[in-house]
Amino acid sequence: MAAHLPVRPPSLKQRALAVTRRLGLTGRGGVILGPYAWLVLFFLVPFLIVLKISVAEPAVGIPPFTKLIEWVDGGLDLKIRFSGFQALFEDDLYILAYLNSLKIAFVSTLCCLLIGYPMAYAIATAPEKRRGPLLMLIILPFWTSFLIRVYAWMSILKDEGLLNNLLLSLGIIHEPLKILYTDWAVYIGITYSYLPFMILPLYATLEKLDHTLLEAAADLGARPWKAFLTITLPLSLPGIIAGSLLVFIPAVGEFVIPSLLGGSDTLMIGRELWNLFFNSRDWPSASAVAIALLAFLVGPIMIFQHFQGRDQDKGAA
Amino acid sequence: MRKSRLPMILLGAGLAFLYLPIVLLVVYSFNDNRSLTVWTGFSLRWYHELIEDGQMLEAAWLSLRIAFATACGAVVLGTLAGMMLARFGAFRGRALFAGMISAPLVMPEVIMGLALLLLFVSLEQLIGWPAGRGVLTIVLAHITFTMSFVAVVIQSRLVSMDVSLEEAAMDLGARPAKVFFVITLPIIAPAIVSGWLLAFTLSLDDLVITSFVSGPGSTTLPMIVFSSIRLGLKPEINALATIVVAVVATGIGLAGFLEARRARIREREESQAGRV
Repeated sequence: MAAHLPVRPPSLKQRALAVTRRLGLTGRGGVILGPYAWLVLFFLVPFLIVLKISVAEPAVGIPPFTKLIEWVDGGLDLKIRFSGFQALFEDDLYILAYLNSLKIAFVSTLCCLLIGYPMAYAIATAPEKRRGPLLMLIILPFWTSFLIRVYAWMSILKDEGLLNNLLLSLGIIHEPLKILYTDWAVYIGITYSYLPFMILPLYATLEKLDHTLLEAAADLGARPWKAFLTITLPLSLPGIIAGSLLVFIPAVGEFVIPSLLGGSDTLMIGRELWNLFFNSRDWPSASAVAIALLAFLVGPIMIFQHFQGRDQDKGAA
Repeated sequence: MRKSRLPMILLGAGLAFLYLPIVLLVVYSFNDNRSLTVWTGFSLRWYHELIEDGQMLEAAWLSLRIAFATACGAVVLGTLAGMMLARFGAFRGRALFAGMISAPLVMPEVIMGLALLLLFVSLEQLIGWPAGRGVLTIVLAHITFTMSFVAVVIQSRLVSMDVSLEEAAMDLGARPAKVFFVITLPIIAPAIVSGWLLAFTLSLDDLVITSFVSGPGSTTLPMIVFSSIRLGLKPEINALATIVVAVVATGIGLAGFLEARRARIREREESQAGRV
């Protein structure tokens, strides 16, 4: 029976769908648009603004910088100053702060690697049932406040603190060591706070490692250490690089740890940026410092993204 | 092959290094003495002082509200971003997107904070929104840096997930949106919950970005904690830390218990299904 159903005019909903589809806003396109627009507005554009303000002139007012382009006598006047950048190169303070930040971040990353590698290795070679809980133990401190964990070290490291009391009572030292408010405390603080970030990528590569390779090496008579150095270590290189960058990059710009654990002479660039912004209210110079710091970090960030991207492409494939 | 015990010993030492400071903090929160290093007796006085600190409580309440709003926003955007990276293959601008989503994972916070503040100031000059700085700007900034972490969690779950279910649904004629809500979403639900909690924790804990984008009247808990410990030790902070640790431990314990129960039920169902 070929009874024709009455043709109803398209409902409002259907018409709306057709319109959005024509605009490419439906499904895929719509999903892409949301996060994409958000990141362009709140991540990409802000950096362009930092770049712009780094060449503006400081001024008294709100906001405390001049406009780059102004109408003067019927013509456009473009005012670009490099005074912010000039100060970076003329004032030893900033150069020293950059170098010291790189040094502190490098040493702390190395400490994280030396402590984190055996830990990741031990978890990856533990019986499968125990790996989950062990990994949980590594992640757990990360869930408690970062600020509070740094604070905990203040009471451990101070002159009459727990570490000094312990060493004194054991007779290892005879007068308290000055650790808090020195670079040493900053090394300890960064290593402690960033250790989980080193262990997780290391574990991820070590866990995937093909254990038959090690067995083959052992069968062929390689000692465990030799097998480790010639097989495990080179194969875990992606994890080492990812973990190191995950520690190094944020550590270069670290602010909280040097200002709570470091001394007044612990120069770090994140701290100088903070002081320029909050104490001197010199926004253009703070922006110049940020741009210069970013220039240092662009290389490491791109390498990090390359490793991040490899995992992502595996997902896309 | 003989297994070396050395890694296990080093793991134990490393875990002690991770946990000892937290344990000491908790123990000394019950100390009667102000010095924090000499034990003079059990006392709850720092908890009393904490509860009577109105400024601290007000800031804590504000931080919790900000973290809640942040987590909800970040979970939506982060899940979509994770989907885009794991399921959408090559789309135009993918490389830029992947770069923008992973950069906040490592970007120093001082740079992010400064950049976002300058954005908000410029936007206000240009279009008058957001008017001034406060809770709104803090939430927008927090969503921006936490959504990256959510995206990573979601993406890794999607990558490890079996796509055949989604394919089957699509073969049977379900639209992509329906497939997502009926098939994908329930499967990745645990990852969404952990992404939400991660965003919540990161927001609750953030000091640097918040300090840049906050305004008068929007002082969060980390800002108060930071300004008070900058001048030295404060025993009330130990009490606060203990409360945080207790809440986290309870939450993790509960999650572990529920997960174990779910696994047990699944196992039982599977064995029953096997018998039939």
